[in-house]
Parts: sequence; C-alpha cells; structure tokens
Amino acid sequence: MHPAYSVILFTTASGAGYGLLFWLSLAHVIGVLPLAGWQFLVAICSALALITLGLLSSTFHLGRPERAWRAFSQWRSSWLSREGVAAVATYLPAGLLTLLSLFGVSGWLSLPLALLSALGAVATVWCTGMIYTSLKTIRQWHHPLVPWIYLALAASSGALLLCLLIAFAGGTARGAATLALLALIGAGGLKWLYWRRIDAETGRFSADMAIGIPGVQRQLDPPHTRPNYVMREMGYQVARKHARDLRRMVLTWGFAVPGLLLAFVAVTGGLAPVLAPIAVMSAGAGLVVERWLFFAEAEHVAMLYYGAERA
Amino acid sequence: MPPDPQIALSTPVGDSVKQTTCYMCACRCGIDVHLKDGPDGKPRVRYIEGNRAHPVNKGVLCGKGSAGIMQHYSPARLRAPMKRVGPRGSGQFEEISWDEALEIATGWLAPIRKTDPKRLAFFTGRDQSQSLTGFWAMQYGTPNFAAHGGFCSVNMAAGGLYTFGGAFWEFGDPDWDYTKYFMLFGVAEDHASNPIKIGIGKLKKRGAKVVSINPVRTGYNAVADEWVGIRPGTDGLFVGALIHELFRTRQIDLDYLVRYTNAPWLVIEAPGAADDGLFARDADGNPMVWDKATDAFGSGKAADIQPSLSGTHTLPDGRSARPVFELMAERYLGADYTPEAVEERTGVPAEQMRKIAAELAHVAFREEIVLDRPWTDWAGRKHDTMIGRPVSMHAMRGISAHSNGFQTCRMIHILQILLGSIDCPGGFRYKPPYPKQTPPNLLPHGAPGQIQPEMPLGGPHLGFPHGPEHLLIDADGTPSRLDKGFSWDAPISAHGLMHMVINNAAKKDPYSIDVLFMYMANMAWNSSMNVGGTLEALTATDDTGAYVIPKIIYSDAYYSETVPFADLILPDTTYLERWDCISLLDRPISEPDMVADAIRHPVVQPDRDVRGFQEVLIELGARLHLPGFINADGTPKFPGGYPDYITNHQRKPGIGPLAGWRGENADKACVGDPNPDQLDRYIENGAYFGLKLDPGHAYFRHANRGYLDWAIEKGIRLSPEPTIFQLYSEPMQKFRLAAQGHGDRQPPDRARARIEAHFDPLPFWYPPFEEQLVEGFPLHAITQRPMHMYHSWGSQNAWLRQITAANRLYVHTSVGRDLGVQDDDWVWLSSHLGRVKCQVRLMEGVNRHTVWTWNAIGKRRGAWGLDGDAPENTEGFLLNHLISELLPKGGGGYRYSNSDPLTGQAAWFDLRVKIEKAESGGTEPLFEPLGHASQPPSPDKLAYGAEWKEPAE
Amino acid sequence: MTTLPTRTDKKLGLVIDLDICVGCHACVTSCKEWNTGGYSAPLTDYDPYGADPDGAWLNRVHTYEIANDHFTGTVHFPRSCLHCEDAACVTVCPTGASYKRAEDGIVLVNPDTCIGCKLCSWACPYGAREYDHDQGVMKKCTLCVDRIYNETLPEEDRTPACVRACPTGARAFGDLGDPDSTVSQSVNDRGGFDLMAEMGYKPVNKYLPPRKGTDRAPVTNVAPAPEQTGSPIEKLFAWADRALSR
Ligand SMILES: Nc1nc2c(c(=O)[nH]1)N[C@H]1C(S)=C(S)[C@@H](COP(=O)(O)OP(=O)(O)OC[C@H]3O[C@@H](n4cnc5c(=O)[nH]c(N)nc54)[C@H](O)[C@@H]3O)O[C@H]1N2
Ligand SMILES: Nc1nc2c(c(=O)[nH]1)N[C@H]1C(S)=C(S)[C@@H](COP(=O)(O)OP(=O)(O)OC[C@H]3O[C@@H](n4cnc5c(=O)[nH]c(N)nc54)[C@H](O)[C@@H]3O)O[C@H]1N2
Ligand code: SF4
Ligand code: SF4
Ligand code: SF4
Ligand code: SF4
Ligand code: SF4
Ligand SMILES: [Mo]
Repeated sequence: MHPAYSVILFTTASGAGYGLLFWLSLAHVIGVLPLAGWQFLVAICSALALITLGLLSSTFHLGRPERAWRAFSQWRSSWLSREGVAAVATYLPAGLLTLLSLFGVSGWLSLPLALLSALGAVATVWCTGMIYTSLKTIRQWHHPLVPWIYLALAASSGALLLCLLIAFAGGTARGAATLALLALIGAGGLKWLYWRRIDAETGRFSADMAIGIPGVQRQLDPPHTRPNYVMREMGYQVARKHARDLRRMVLTWGFAVPGLLLAFVAVTGGLAPVLAPIAVMSAGAGLVVERWLFFAEAEHVAMLYYGAERA
Repeated sequence: MPPDPQIALSTPVGDSVKQTTCYMCACRCGIDVHLKDGPDGKPRVRYIEGNRAHPVNKGVLCGKGSAGIMQHYSPARLRAPMKRVGPRGSGQFEEISWDEALEIATGWLAPIRKTDPKRLAFFTGRDQSQSLTGFWAMQYGTPNFAAHGGFCSVNMAAGGLYTFGGAFWEFGDPDWDYTKYFMLFGVAEDHASNPIKIGIGKLKKRGAKVVSINPVRTGYNAVADEWVGIRPGTDGLFVGALIHELFRTRQIDLDYLVRYTNAPWLVIEAPGAADDGLFARDADGNPMVWDKATDAFGSGKAADIQPSLSGTHTLPDGRSARPVFELMAERYLGADYTPEAVEERTGVPAEQMRKIAAELAHVAFREEIVLDRPWTDWAGRKHDTMIGRPVSMHAMRGISAHSNGFQTCRMIHILQILLGSIDCPGGFRYKPPYPKQTPPNLLPHGAPGQIQPEMPLGGPHLGFPHGPEHLLIDADGTPSRLDKGFSWDAPISAHGLMHMVINNAAKKDPYSIDVLFMYMANMAWNSSMNVGGTLEALTATDDTGAYVIPKIIYSDAYYSETVPFADLILPDTTYLERWDCISLLDRPISEPDMVADAIRHPVVQPDRDVRGFQEVLIELGARLHLPGFINADGTPKFPGGYPDYITNHQRKPGIGPLAGWRGENADKACVGDPNPDQLDRYIENGAYFGLKLDPGHAYFRHANRGYLDWAIEKGIRLSPEPTIFQLYSEPMQKFRLAAQGHGDRQPPDRARARIEAHFDPLPFWYPPFEEQLVEGFPLHAITQRPMHMYHSWGSQNAWLRQITAANRLYVHTSVGRDLGVQDDDWVWLSSHLGRVKCQVRLMEGVNRHTVWTWNAIGKRRGAWGLDGDAPENTEGFLLNHLISELLPKGGGGYRYSNSDPLTGQAAWFDLRVKIEKAESGGTEPLFEPLGHASQPPSPDKLAYGAEWKEPAE
Repeated sequence: MTTLPTRTDKKLGLVIDLDICVGCHACVTSCKEWNTGGYSAPLTDYDPYGADPDGAWLNRVHTYEIANDHFTGTVHFPRSCLHCEDAACVTVCPTGASYKRAEDGIVLVNPDTCIGCKLCSWACPYGAREYDHDQGVMKKCTLCVDRIYNETLPEEDRTPACVRACPTGARAFGDLGDPDSTVSQSVNDRGGFDLMAEMGYKPVNKYLPPRKGTDRAPVTNVAPAPEQTGSPIEKLFAWADRALSR
C-alpha cells in the first residue's frame, strides 16, 4: 500500500497525543500525577495539539476536505466514521478538562472528565486500528494484533511524552520512565510478534482465485501501460531487503534506543531532561518508519490482477 | 435508514443525434453521434455509439470507434494550410491561405502535365476514396497512382481474384450463421473489424469449432478452440499437407469441382513448346475436356457433359494433355506435402494436421447443410435446395505479408474449393460486387504509349494482367511506373507498390519525378520499410543542393511524422467534419446478402482553417483544367464541391459514386440518373444504402443464373458467364513461358529464373526470400495490430494511448531463458539491415522461433502532439527500422524489392532477426525530435464531460 | 447509506463470457466515453499527452496466460465493479457516499457527498474503484444507472454502454437475482463463477469460463472405399472415376 505522509503523520502524531491524553487522564484520576496547575495544562494542551495536528493532517488526505464533516454520519458501520466520532467525542471531556485545569478547578468534576478522556483516547486509537484491521483485502492489516499494536504504540509514545514533560517540568520522571519502558517493551514485543506472524503466512489469496481459473501463469498485457490509481495506491511495495533494514531501524530507534535511555532514567532517575528528549526523538523517528512500513509492507489482493501471485 | 439518494436517471444523452460513418479505421461502421451544446453554445460530441440498423456493425462499436471523441478533439489536428520555410524535417512552416496553397500546387502541377505527366507521383494511403483519387490521376495523365494496397494485402486480393473471383480481405465473409468449422489464418484484427468480432462471437455461442493458424495466441487466436502455432511463412506447407490428406483419403467434393472449376480442363503437355502448360482449346477458344459420356473431347464451358478428371488424352494435333485435377493430385499427393515432410518446417505435429484434415472433411461431407431454397444455375438447371459444406476460412496479412503469400493464398482457396465451400451455405461468401471473372476483366493502364502531355490515361491504373502482353513496360523492359508496378519485377502488382515510391524517386530508378503528392499515409514512419533510408530519400539533395524529390505535397489531418517532410501541407478535416463516399466503385461496405455503400457528412463544423481533401482535389482538378473536372467552357464542373461530385459524377451512364436513390424519383438502385436529393436520402437513412439480395441469389453466385443476370442489370458485373474457379492459373503459365523464352515480350535475363520458378500455375510453397538470403538470424519477427489502435493515428488519442503507450517485444519463455532476460529487460534486436533496442516480455503462446510486437506504437519525438518524454518515444519501437525495402544482395547483384515476386506485395513478415541482451535502457534508434512550431501545446489535463456536469450541492 | 440493504429487489449485474472475449477494449472505451459525460462526469485524465498518461476508468481489460488440465491458453479478462452483495466498500465508507441501492443492488458513489478518503478503494478486493484526483471523489462502475432506466433512450438501448458496444457479445446484463433471467440461465448452463469467492463479498457479476476445445471427427486414415491396389494417385483417380460415373 502506498504510504501517504498525511496518514503517517496523522496516526503517529494523534496516536502519541491520545497516548499522552490517556496517561494524563488516568494519572489524574488515580492522583499520581506529578504535574499540576499550568504544568498539567501544558501537558494536556500538548496532547490536544498533537491530536489536532494529526487530525488536521488527515484531512489533507481527503479529496474534499470541506466535506469532512460528513464523515461522522456512518458510525454504525464504518470504523473511519467511528474514529471520527470518537475523536470528536473525546474533545469534549478533554476540552473541558483542559478548561478546568486552565481555571485551576479540579475535584469531582475533573475526575469523570478525565476518565471519559482516557476512555475516548483508547476508543479513538482502537477505531484507528480497526480501520485497518477490518480490511479483509490486506492480510498484513487484517490481523488481530493490529489494533493492539496501535494501542500499545500510542500508549508508549504517550508515556514517553509524559516522561519528557515531567522531566522538563523538573519532576521526577522515574515513574513515567518505567511506565514508558514497560509500554515500549510491550509494543515492541507485539510488533515483533506481528512481524513474525505476517512473515510466516504467504497469503490466503492467489491469482487463480482472483481470476477464477486455475493455473494463471502470467499477466501478458496489463490493461494500461502506465500505472493507474489502483497500482499506485495498492501496488506500492517495499523491497524485501529494504524492509528488513527498515524493520531493524524501527527496532533500534523505535524501541531499543529509547528503551535503554528510559531504563537508565528509570533506574537512576538522573539525566532525564537530557535523555528524555533524545528518547522521544529516537522513538519518533522509529515510529514514523514503523508506520511507513505498516503501509509499505501491506499487500492488497487487488494486485493479484496486476501480476502478484499471492496476497 | 434514509432512502437512497435521488439521481437523474433519464437525462437525455444530448441535444441531437446525427448518423454518419466511423473512420477510426477502415471498417466503416455506422455511428450515432450524440451532440450536446457546450458552454459556448456550440455543439460538442457527447457520445458515439453504433448504429443498430447498419449493415456493417449492427449496433456494436469497437474500442477505437468508442474513443472517437478524443480522435476528433486531438491536439495534433492540423490547423491551416502550410508551406515549408525551413529544411525538410525541421517542422518550420508558415501558415498560408487555401488560395495560396492551391496556387502553389497548381503552379507545381500544371507545367509537368504539359510536358511529362509521369513526373507527378500521386499515392494515397488509408483513404477510401480511390474511385475519386484514381479518376483524378487518370485525368491528370500520370501512370504513377496507387493506394496502399501494394504494401497492405494485394497478395490476398490477387490470390483470390485470380482463383475464384473473390477475395478474403473485407471482400467476403465466412457464413457466420451456418459455419460449423472455421479456420482463421494469420489474422489479428483485419479490416472487417467489427464484423469479424460479431462473427466470432456467433460461432463461439453456437459451439462451432474455431481453429486459428497463427504464430501468436492473442486476440481472436486466443478464443480459438484449437491453436496451431505455426512458424511464419510456412502456411503453404501446412495447407499443402491438408490438401494431401484430403486427396489421400479421397474426401473431395468432385461434383463441385466438375461443376464450378477448371479441374477437368486439359493442360497441354509439350515441353519446350510455346503453349506448353496452357489449356488445350477448341476452335472457338473454349478449353477442352474429355467427356466420358460421349468418349470425345468437349468444351470445358459446356454444361451437359461428364468430364473426366484423370488420364492422358491425345489432342487432335497429336500432342497429349492431362486434366488439371491430375496435375494437382500429382503435386499434392507427392512427397513434398505429406504431413511428415512438413512437420518440422512448420512446427505443426503431423498428427495435428491429419486430425484437422479429417475434421474438415467430416464437417464438410458428413455435417452438410441443406437449405430448402430453389435456385437456377448458370446453365439454366433448376435446383430445389442449396447444399452447404459448413467449413469456412478467412486469412489476411499473416499469409499475405510474406513473399510467398500469393501462392499460399491460392493454396488456401484450393483447399476451400476441394471441400466445395466457396459461396455455399456455411462456407465462404462473396460480398457484391464480387464475384468477378477470374481474373477480372480489368487491365492496368499506363503503358509508355498511353502517357501523353495534357492527355488523360486511357483507363484506370490498376488491373489484372493476363499475361506479359499486359505489362506496363517499354520495348527494352523499362517500367513505365515509378514503383515498377506491372513490370517484370512484379508483373501482377494489382495494387501498385507504394512502399517503393520514395526510394525509387530518390534513386531516380527508373526515373526522377518532380512532384510527390501523398494523401493519408505516414510514409516517413510506420508505413515505410527502412525508415532511416526513407528519411534520407525524402531529404536527399543533388549537387546543387536541391532536393532530389523536388516538391512534396501532402494531405494529413494530424501532425504525423510525415508532415514535416512535405513542402506543402493540405490539412484535412476529421472524419466527423467532412463528406466522404464509400463507393461500390472501390471498397464498398456490402455484406454477403446486401449491396451497400455509405457516406460521411459533416456532423460538426471545423473550428480550424481545414478542408476535406476530396473537396480540395476537385478544386485542384478544376484549376488544372483536368478533363473530368471542368465543363466545356472551362468552368468548374463541380462548383458544389465534393457533394456535387458524389451526386453528379457518372462513371458510365447511370453509374455514379453512390448506388442508392438514383433516378429522378429516387427509385432506382445502382443504375439510374443522378438525383439531386441523393445525399439527403442517405442522411435520412443513417448515411448508408443497402439493397437486399433475393434469397435465391444468396449462394453459388459464381454460377447462379438469377444472381448473374441481376448483377449485370445492377451494373456490378460485366459478364453473364459464370465465374469458373481457376485451380490451375493459365496467366501464371504465360509469364512462365515468357521466362522460358517464348513470345516477344521477354524478361531480362536476371529475372528469368525468378519468374519461371514462382509463376507456377499450380500453387506451391517456397521459402520466403529473406531467409533464403541471410544467415545468422535465427528468429522470425512479425507485428500484430492492436485492436484498439489504428496504425499510427491511435497514439494521439488520450484514451487509447493510456491502454498502449509503449510496446514490448514478445518472446517465447524458452528464448528468454536462454538469453537470461526477464520481463522488461532491454535487448538489441538486429536484422541484416540494422538494429533496434527494445524491452522484452516473455510468453508461452508464441511460436518458439518467433518474436513479435504491436504495430506502429513507437513514435518519433515531436509528432502527434505528444510530449518528448512520452513512452511512445522513449520505449516504443518499430520493427520497420529492421525491414529492408530491398532484398539483401542475392545472385546477380540486382536488388529486388522485398516483396512477393508475383504481386509486389511488401513482405513485412519475412523479417529475420537475432536478439542479444542490452547493457542499458532507452529505445534506439532515436531520431532527432521533429519541430512542430505551428502546433499549439497539448493540455496536461483533460476533464471531458465536466462542462455538462450538473452543479453539485 | 453505508449499511447494506438486507436484501435487494433485484440483483442487476453483468455476466462476462471469457470464452468469447477477444480483448478488444471496446467495453473499456465505450464505458469511459459514456461515463465521462454521465452520472460520474468527468472521468479525469492526467498527463494525457505526456510521459505518464493515466486517468479514471471504470472498466479495464487484462490479458493472462493460463495453463491447467482442461485449458491452456490466453484469456482476456475485463474487470469492473462486481456490485457485491456483501460489499465492504460500502460499509467502510464514513460518509454514506458509497451505497448499495435497495431496489436493484447497484453499488454507487454519490459524487456530491464523497469526501475522497479512498477507504472504499482499499476495501475493494477487485481493484474496481478508481479515485479521481482532480475531482477529489471516488469513481466506479455505475452499471450505467443513467442508461438502464433512461426513458429518453429506446427500450433496447437501456443497457450498459459496455454491453451495447461489445462486438463479440461477450457481455450480458440482467437480473442475477431472478433464476429465470437469461443471464442466470447462462451462468447455470456454463458454470459461471465468482471472482475470489473466498473473500466472501458475494459478487453479483459472474464470469463464464473458457470452454475446452473438442475434436470434431475421428481421424480416418482412408475413406471407407473398397480397398484396391495401386499408388495413392491411382486409387484417387479410380475413386474419382467411379464417383463421377454414378
Ligand atoms: N512493421 C510493420 N509495418 C507495417 C505494417 C505491419 O504490419 N508491420 N502494415 C502495413 C500496412 S498493411 C499498412 S496498410 C500501412 C499503414 O500505414 P499508413 O497508411 O501510413 O497508416 P497510418 O499510420 O494510419 O497513417 C495514415 C496517415 O493518415 C493520417 N490521417 C488520419 N486521418 C486522416 C484524415 O482524416 N485525413 C487525412 N488526410 N489524413 C489522415 C494520419 O495522421 C497518418 O499520418 O502500414 C504498413 N506498415
Ligand atoms: N485495430 C486495427 N485494425 C486494423 C488496422 C489497425 O492498424 N488497427 N489496420 C488495418 C489494415 S491496413 C490491415 S492491412 C488489416 C490487417 O489485419 P490483419 O491481417 O489482422 O494484420 P496483422 O495485425 O498484421 O496481423 C497479422 C497476423 O498474422 C500473424 N502471422 C504473421 N506471420 C504469419 C504466418 O506466416 N502465418 C500465419 N498463419 N500467421 C502469421 C500475426 O501473428 C498476426 O496475428 O487490419 C486493418 N484493421
Ligand atoms: S471497426 Fe471501430 S474504428 Fe473501425 S470503423 Fe468500426 S467502429 Fe470505427
Ligand atoms: S467490486 Fe469492489 S467496489 Fe464493487 S461492490 Fe464489490 S467491493 Fe465494492
Ligand atoms: S472515498 Fe468517498 S465513497 Fe469512498 S469511502 Fe471515502 S467517502 Fe466513501
Ligand atoms: S456497466 Fe457502465 S459503468 Fe459499468 S463497466 Fe459497463 S459501461 Fe462502465
Ligand atoms: S468489448 Fe467484449 S470482447 Fe471486447 S474486451 Fe470487452 S468484453 Fe471483451
Ligand atoms: Mo493494410
């Protein structure tokens, strides 16, 4: 599948934003948050900014952004619509929570709002994951691990940001670092498992099934000599060797490097203001590559018509 | 759930519908052109669909026809007359007025007509108004006229006309409704584009068997029930083996042979005599047969005899003679044509040939069709039924574009005739005005004595010589035509040799000319052999720096590769903007059951300063004072232009370009006085006219009394005599006798052996010339037409070019393996002439010794309104760069044209090549981009139809 | 509306006979020509005269080489929207622009409400939806909904443009929900099949397989004539003589 930069930016940025929102809200509910007052405000605003940035960038992907509002209507069947609804719905409690924190109000009102924000964040990210998971046409996406990976990556990138914010705020980041480390380990593990799984299967569909006659040897003539929309959109395929290198990059920059740095912070509690930004940048890079690969490694069954043997 | 959105289901297609004739190719289907006003209030073409009532396409439309909008609005359309201001090829032109253009043309053409009319060579390509262009050239007086037939498929036309008075091409059809077994030889698309598709669809639905003989398995050949992946150029052997099998198993329609063919005619056996191999004739000139009923000689043309098919008979003069049938049997039952003998060379297993022969015989004789339809034969005998042998065949350029194509084509006809399947139910059917006599009673004109200053030629240029006496040569054998048509090089070149014109003119061989006038032929590119050489010829200069071909006038509708090489451009309209006449006088649209012709009329008005070519030709004729184009007082005869000519021109009294609605009361068909309202009647009727044949005239028309009489009445036939199939062709033998030294017209010595060998009166197979002369080129290279592209002109079509913007060289997987190449890898393909670089695609369904590509996809930069980096320029390639217009040096040093030795048919498919892996990409040869300053830039986006979209929300 | 109708009154669709299709692309260009001025107007083309000509088309024809026990050959394969019964291209649509009509099962995109998110094209296994970058909306086969009910057309022309044009008659249009319709009958008789049935989209359009060519006659070595001696030529002449003297 063609990796659209707007979609990569959207899913990574808003994923991190929802992750951050989730942890902020949860920590707020449980009352363990080392951030308070304007610090909390800055934190929650950062989360909302990331979310908004992501959502805005996703509209660049639309052919008719001015009609984007229509996307909220089909929540009964469409995960994309549900994502939109969840995203917008999450703004409500999260926005109110932000307002409350702006005015320094807290207490009984902020708790349910925080809870709802956390839930909204989870729901939105889940929907994002399900948009892909629901597509039977792409085996690398149509996989039960996919929404969990979306959640885990949102959680770890959010935790990493939380860690960064706490470190910047001068708080003790050990807890957040531990949290981020655990999330990263979880996400990395899931991603690794996912790769093993998708590598192990060859694709359930063949050119014979697509054309309906057994024994397809080759496409002799394509319908058009230059690539069309379907070939450009669904036919994008990263070379295997390249993909392996990129996966290594994801594991290194996305998980290993930030993981080690976080471990250092978690164990020693020191150097957080220096290490956390490095970890965030490293993880960010890793995450973008991960998301790019998520598309570039995905094979669409429609390509069976254009010469692919299996998908 | 909210209700589904309301959508406009009944929007009218357009504001009006006009019916005319398609010309995205030469098939000439009827079309309904829906017009809708654009934002400027001017009608635009909204949609083109097939005319359901039309005899040719019966409502369907092909891929090209359906893309007509993009053809009509092509950015490559020429805009105004132009005169060249830079060197040839530079594309530097100045737009001029029509008046100036015609002044210039008249200034060039009038003086040479006064001195030596043959210094004009007028050749036309894809046009279908040969009756006008030929007439014009006749009135001008030059012998140098032909259309594209000589490089197209004259082998087919001549092979058929010399044998049974009809032909494949678009001049006859398999009986699609009754055929049970259909053999298709060497056809990818053909002229009868939609009719063949409709027909194949019918056969497949009915479960008739379709057998394809073709080195390549695509298109029609892909849907065949059996594919014979023959080696190119060997069909004669394959067909010979089938004939062998029919003879061997004695499955032949003897009655049919006796009734309709010259099988019983006696051939004189007197080696060394001047009439050896000619028919023994009685005092009245009738061919003699041996009549078993009376045990005496009889006339081969008599009806009431029982001719013998075998035995040596002593003629009254004491010499012996044997019937044609016996000679045939000897030839085809001989060792050369056993399935085993031809198996290796054809690549077709002997067993498969035996099976096909058995199937042919089975279907012909055990599945015969009987129609309860009374008819009367030529001798007046009444028959209650029409008996059909439901086997039919069709062949085209896979046979004809080889140097052995004429004889191979004849052999296929012999196969049909042995099975009794010409013009019978389920067999091959003539389309009127066929059948003609064998050969037709139409001789070529333009012998040296006939060419006089300011005099029209005595008759039409093209015809069918019956012997050396009809050649167009002078006393010492020099051809009188520039293309050497009807000379010893190509004695029965019934369509001329357009592919030799430019090169001969540049070499002044046989002589030089002053003006080359061409119409609708992309001779500087895909319709020439040896493109590089042709370009050199077009730009060759003499010592003074003047062009060897001094003046070139060209009419095209688009900015093709040829336009920049002309000195004067006469821009034509598109097919939707002009009058055209598809006449019974040249290539009508008749169907087997129907005499039919058609017109085109302007359904939209040109928005450029362009004029229909015929219109211009008529005006030029008047300006030159050509006899047929002026009145006695010198005023133009057709002031109303082409419509005036179509309506009022008469070739003979009562016979004009169009057959329909003639006579004062519009009630005469075919023959009648001109009718001033004729064109209106055509337009009312959907731009065509069709006259149904009586059902009793539907078959056996070569010998159907009713039909023959009716056809004479309608002016489409000259002779009341039946057409007798010439299994043995006497005209061939006459040329052969000349080669043996008989007669006063003698070929040059270099040509003797060639003529003697190839003018065999009984068809035979010989290896195509190129492979006899070159070594080290193990593969055959051929082209196929894509069904969705018409030669070069499809590539300017924004829709069609998306389907094929570049071509590949298709090679057998085993060849690819040996070479170590994968799909899209670059290779060098070379012939004895040169090499091209192209990309391969591997396939299974191709003869192992054959490579092929789609024809005419490769383009030269600068032409057709395409960007320089268009795939047509950077990846597309032509095989034409590899095909030599002259044969490699053979014995004697004289280089004959790369053509069939009998008809002069261009041997495009004789090409032999070798293939090597290339190091890097990019097609070669890559010619300099053509300049095209006069053309507007092409748009970089199209949203056709947006103008009619209902505003949203 | 994005949820699928529980049932449709009709199942209009196409039946494409792969035994007959010669790959002529008539259905391709007639479709383009009709639809670029019809309900989906326009079908934009990019770089139409340049290096990368491309555009929105609703129907395309591929060519494959196929070899199995029953059939070895080249197959031309037209491909357009199959108007699936279980069309995920509809259910994924966030706006409801993509919908399946309850009355006849035609799957359409509403060009006035589509936001061009492309998700439906991802959900289509058959590559049948093509995005029009210029218009910013998704395009797909409309089953020529603006022809088949068009009262301004003569009855016989109320059929899709591609079916109307197809020169070989390889395409047929009809109600595949009606077991008695001609199209259903031909599917029955000829073993019509679904593309990628395993995907579970339940396509309405059906394809008919290439037939296996059969031999027409037993190979007879010699015609059933009384045996005689002599060379084949002598036998032939003797036979001809007898046959003609009858
Ligand atoms: N390698 C190879 N070469 C071949 C063949 C092959 O099979 N293989 N086939 C050969 C055969 S059979 C043929 S017939 C030739 C065909 O070759 P051509 O006769 O050259 O055919 P086109 O390329 O279609 O070119 C016709 C010209 O007519 C112009 N034209 C189009 N419409 C109009 C119009 O309305 N008015 C005017 N005045 N001009 C118009 C086009 O722009 C173009 O320049 O090619 C031959 N060349
Ligand atoms: N769409 C479209 N239609 C056209 C044209 C076009 O350009 N496009 N051009 C028109 C013109 S001018 C012409 S002349 C006709 C020609 O129409 P066709 O006769 O169909 O000509 P080609 O496309 O050259 O196809 C020749 C076929 O012969 C096969 N072949 C080659 N060598 C041999 C051989 O030795 N034996 C056998 N058995 N087969 C062989 C090739 O594989 C190919 O399939 O088409 C006309 N119709
Ligand atoms: S076959 Fe196609 S292009 Fe040729 S005349 Fe007919 S519709 Fe037009
Ligand atoms: S073919 Fe594709 S676009 Fe058409 S209904 Fe089925 S899934 Fe949807
Ligand atoms: S592209 Fe349009 S039709 Fe397709 S899912 Fe998005 S909104 Fe729906
Ligand atoms: S039914 Fe109409 S829209 Fe669909 S493929 Fe055919 S012509 Fe195109
Ligand atoms: S129009 Fe008919 S024969 Fe031609 S490609 Fe389409 S389905 Fe096949
Ligand atoms: Mo031709």
